[in-house]
Formats: sequence, C-alpha cells, structure tokens
Amino acid sequence: MASLDPMDNRWRPWRLLAPALTAVFLLLVVPISFIIVYSFWLRTATGADIAGFHLDNWEEVLTDPFYRDIMVFTIWIAFATTVVCAVAGYIPAYFIATTQFKHKAFLLLLLMLPFWISYIIRTMSWINILGSSGIVNVALQWLGITDEPIQMLYNQWTVIVGLVHFLLPFMILNIYVSLYAIDRNLVDAARSLGCTGWQSFREVTLPLSVPGLAAGSLLCFVLAAGTYITPVVLGGPTDAMFANLVFDAIITQLNWPLGSALSLVLLILLGVLVAIYNRFAGLGQIAKSFG
Amino acid sequence: MTDHAVELKSVVKRYGDFTAVHDTNLGIPEGSFLTLLGPSGCGKTTTLRMIAGLTGITEGDILIKGRRVNDLPIHKRNLGIVFQNYALFPHRTVQQNVAFGLKYRNTPKDEAERRVREALELVQLPQMADRMPSQLSGGQQQRIALARAIVIQPDVLLLDEPLSALDANLREDMRIELKRIQHTLGITTVFVTHDQSEALAMSDRIVVMSAGHVEQVGSPEEVYNRPASEFVAGFLGNSNILSGKVMDIAGPVAKLELDGLGPVLAATDGVGRTLSTGETVKVSIRAEKLMLDGADPAGDDISTFPGTVTTVDYQGQVARYFLESGGLTLQAINTIDERPLQEGTETAIRIRARDCVVLPH
Repeated sequence: MASLDPMDNRWRPWRLLAPALTAVFLLLVVPISFIIVYSFWLRTATGADIAGFHLDNWEEVLTDPFYRDIMVFTIWIAFATTVVCAVAGYIPAYFIATTQFKHKAFLLLLLMLPFWISYIIRTMSWINILGSSGIVNVALQWLGITDEPIQMLYNQWTVIVGLVHFLLPFMILNIYVSLYAIDRNLVDAARSLGCTGWQSFREVTLPLSVPGLAAGSLLCFVLAAGTYITPVVLGGPTDAMFANLVFDAIITQLNWPLGSALSLVLLILLGVLVAIYNRFAGLGQIAKSFG
Repeated sequence: MTDHAVELKSVVKRYGDFTAVHDTNLGIPEGSFLTLLGPSGCGKTTTLRMIAGLTGITEGDILIKGRRVNDLPIHKRNLGIVFQNYALFPHRTVQQNVAFGLKYRNTPKDEAERRVREALELVQLPQMADRMPSQLSGGQQQRIALARAIVIQPDVLLLDEPLSALDANLREDMRIELKRIQHTLGITTVFVTHDQSEALAMSDRIVVMSAGHVEQVGSPEEVYNRPASEFVAGFLGNSNILSGKVMDIAGPVAKLELDGLGPVLAATDGVGRTLSTGETVKVSIRAEKLMLDGADPAGDDISTFPGTVTTVDYQGQVARYFLESGGLTLQAINTIDERPLQEGTETAIRIRARDCVVLPH
C-alpha cells in the first residue's frame, strides 16, 4: 500500500520530480498529442476541419516532390552549416583550452556575448555587411574594384553564413569541453615517444576530442535544420527551409492539419538523428558543455 | 671523453622573476639510478622536465650522451618518460600503447611485435595486450606505462613520481619491481620523488633539492648518515638539530659544548674543511641514534646526558619518544623489547661520536 508518510523515501524522487514532470507533460506531451491528432484531420475549402483518421495529409507530405526537395535542401543547409562550424570552431576551442592566459573564464564569457543580442538583430546585421550598401560593397566600390554593388545577399550561402554566425558558440563550447578534459601528459607522452607536435595532435588530441565534435555537430545540425528566421531574413525566394513550410501552412494557409503533419515529419527526422547519435556517443556529452 | 649519460652544466630555470632552479651542475653516470628528492616546489620536477625537453632552459647546457640537447625537440631526444598519472592513451589498447613509440621509429612489424611482447613479459603482464587501459588496475597501468617507455630502448628513462598514485602496499612491491627492471636493462634512470624511503631504497645516487638548490649529492648511505646541511638532516628521517661550540679537535672527532646539554664527542668527517676551536657549529643526531635505557652500548666515544620522557608514541616494534633535557626537546626512536618507557621516566640518553654529525654550515 502506498504510504503518504512524508518520511517514506520511496516517493521522495517522484515528489521532487513532480514540478518538472508536470511542466513537461503540460507543455510538451499534451501539445504534441494535439498535433499528432490534428495531422489526421482534413481541411476543407470552407475552412472547417473534419475530425477523424485520414491519411491524406501524410500522403501529400511524403509523396509530393515539393516537400521532398525542401527537406533535402534543409538537410543540405544544416549539413553545410555543421561542417563549417566544426572546422571554424575547432581552432578557437583549441586555443581557449590550451592557452596559458590567466582569465580563461573571460574568454568563455566573450563566447557567450553574442547571446545577449537578439538572434534576429544578429541575423539582420549581415544586411549591413553584405547588402548593396553594406560595408563590403562600399569598400569594393571605393577601391574601384567594381562600379555596381555586387548582389551577395539572399541566397543559400548567406543562409549558411547567418546560421554559422548563430551556431558557432555552441560548437566551440562543446569542443572546448572535450579538449579541456584531455590530460596534457598524454600529449607529452606522445611527444616523448617520437611524435612531432602535429602528429601528437592527430594521434591523441583529435581522436579524444571527437565526442565534443560529435555533440557540437548534433546540436548545430538540429538547430540549423529547425531554423525559421535565418532563411526568411537572409535567404532568397527559393531558399525556404522546412520550418518555413510549417509556418506557411499554419499561419498563411490556416491549414493546421497539413502543418501538423509537416512539423511531425521534421520532428521524427531530427529525433531519429538524435537517437542514432545517442546509440554511438551518448547524450551525456552534450550535458557536459552546459554543466 | 665523458661517461655521463646526462650532464647538466650551470643550468638555470627562471619563470619571470621567480627562479625555479638555481645554477645546477649534475652528472649522471651511464646505467645508474639517480633520484631527485625534495619537497614539492623544490625544482626536482622542473629539472626532470628540462632534461625531457618539456620545459625550456633559461641558462646553461644539458648534454645527453655527450650531445648538447638544449634546442633538440623532445621527439628527437630518445627518452622514455613515465608520468605520475601513467598517461596511457585511453583510446588505444595496451598493445597499441606499447607499440606507439616503435611506430615512429619505423620499426618493422615483426620486430615491433616481438619487442612489445618482450616488454610486456618484462613487466609481467604478457596476457594484457588486447585490453584497454581503463580495464586495468592502477598498478597494471603503471607497468604498461613503464613497458611503453622502455620498449623504445631510450637513452635515459625519466620517472616522474611514478609510484605516488599507488596505494602503500603496491608501492613497495613496484619499488622492488622497478629496481629489478632497471637493473636488468642497465638503463640510465632519473627518478623524481618526494618520498625519502623510495629514494633510499632504489637509488645509486640521491640528489636532495630544496628551493631550487641542490643541497647534497651522494649515495643513499652518505645522504642519510652524513647530511651536508640542516635541510637534508631534517628532510630524511627524524633528526635532532642542535647547536654548540667547538672546544677541542682530535683528528676526525671533535669535542663540542652543546647548548643546553653540555660536552659531547662528534664526528667531523662530513664537514669537508678544518674546524677551528671556538667556532659555533650545528650537529645532527638521528632520532634512532639516541639510545635510552635498555639499549646499553659499550665504547669510549659515548656521551651521556640525563633526560625525562615527556611523550611516548608507541608503534609496535619501535617507539618514538619525546624527551626533555637541558631545556631542549629531543626525539628518540628505539626498538622495544617488552614494553616502552613510560611518560615521566628519568632516563640516560647516550650518543656515539660517529652518530653526532657536525654539519658543514
């Protein structure tokens, strides 16, 4: 028989977890359940949705090449962003992890600084840099390299630039954590056994930082694949990503059932990715960089 | 022209205004086991790291096998290093760890396999080749780290407090094991430790360091029985440091007047210079050389004082006594036959002349 005795230790974990579990249930499980139910409803021309179990939305989402192309484009953008972040993030992470500079915490704080400014404003700042009257074009014209401003904005490359700008700190932090945990003696040991500096990096430092690289990559990929603002602000008319589709279906067309099916497809795809990662690397690594 | 495997010539290490190692000269004979002994911060690890090439030298020269290595990067020095925390590569098997250095020496595959096997046999872990380091105990990891360092046949083996992470029993076993392996290979070894018993048990020669200075270089017996400074006397074992005045000198023995205690005969052969009458000196007397009632030595070089036992620290086969004599507190460690002396006992304190060592400074 369950005891209500406050000293009964069996129920203690549940009592402590109750607020969090309630929040997760009300704010995550319930809305997702709604979305799942919605995705099987049907939209009619008059605007009233027909409740029931219809596979029409799912059929449309999974077979229409329009959606498939945008899904492929979304994965491409997320992948390219992740690769750029991994390469560009490793160097500062390595620097912060190995520097003799006394105020390491200050360097890490600098890394966090961009988060104090709104994501939208940071994204829009690229207009002042790459736009037709942005500093790059002004400089090129002043130097006489071009007469007309060069169109650099509003294509998939600027979407990638904007996403890298947003996601780089996540990557750096994750790599930093795994680099920082590597025992310096391991590198010294490799050096004493005959490795040059570069060889010891390849033999010891790089393989031991793979967990951080993987965690950072997962985070970057998931956040990039779910992005909505960056393609709107920095992408061209054909550079819509999957989240833009969801927005369009729900807000513009008021087609909640289709929007629900679309968002579930994205959720399942990214969920599978996280599951694969967890199978090989374990999610604990990500927790470390926030610990 | 030199039979020294390693030579330090006027080596100085400074970090900004702080001098970690002062002008140090040291020669390490080929095949010998040399220990750098001292408390933490004395410069022993810095000295080891300078020999290894892990730390730069501010002034002076380091020679390995007669070759100046100041500007030779670590990977070209052919040294085997064993670190305090073992530093095995966690993502490699034992086999791969031990073979690591051979890979960078372009050793043919057959030969590499044979040498790894021999090294693992030498450290008595031949069956562990396919394990990961995390599957080994601390003592086993230590042996693998040693195998990895010696398999490359280094010119010098550098050991940085390799035993301090092990628990007490294992440490004593590894001490014997390490000495056996070093002896088998005849490899020149530099060992860093803060543990005096490790240093005394293993070394051919001990370098006692303090605050960046070399205090004394000598065999374990010399360093223990003829300390060259108050620091050495105090650091190794339990010593009574007393001051007194030279009254008379007769060959290797001097008659001193010790403050508080009175006349005593003392050995002067560790001083390295001639004492003069009336000079103020310090003497070191090991706690185990102060003989109390029950130990009754014979001889004509024995000085005797009265004392009172104030504290008894009973340890089974020995007891450590604190005694009051002439307003001084003395420490004595005696083996016990039956039961220790009781607190408050009046006893005679006897000292042989050769155990009362006049310090050079």
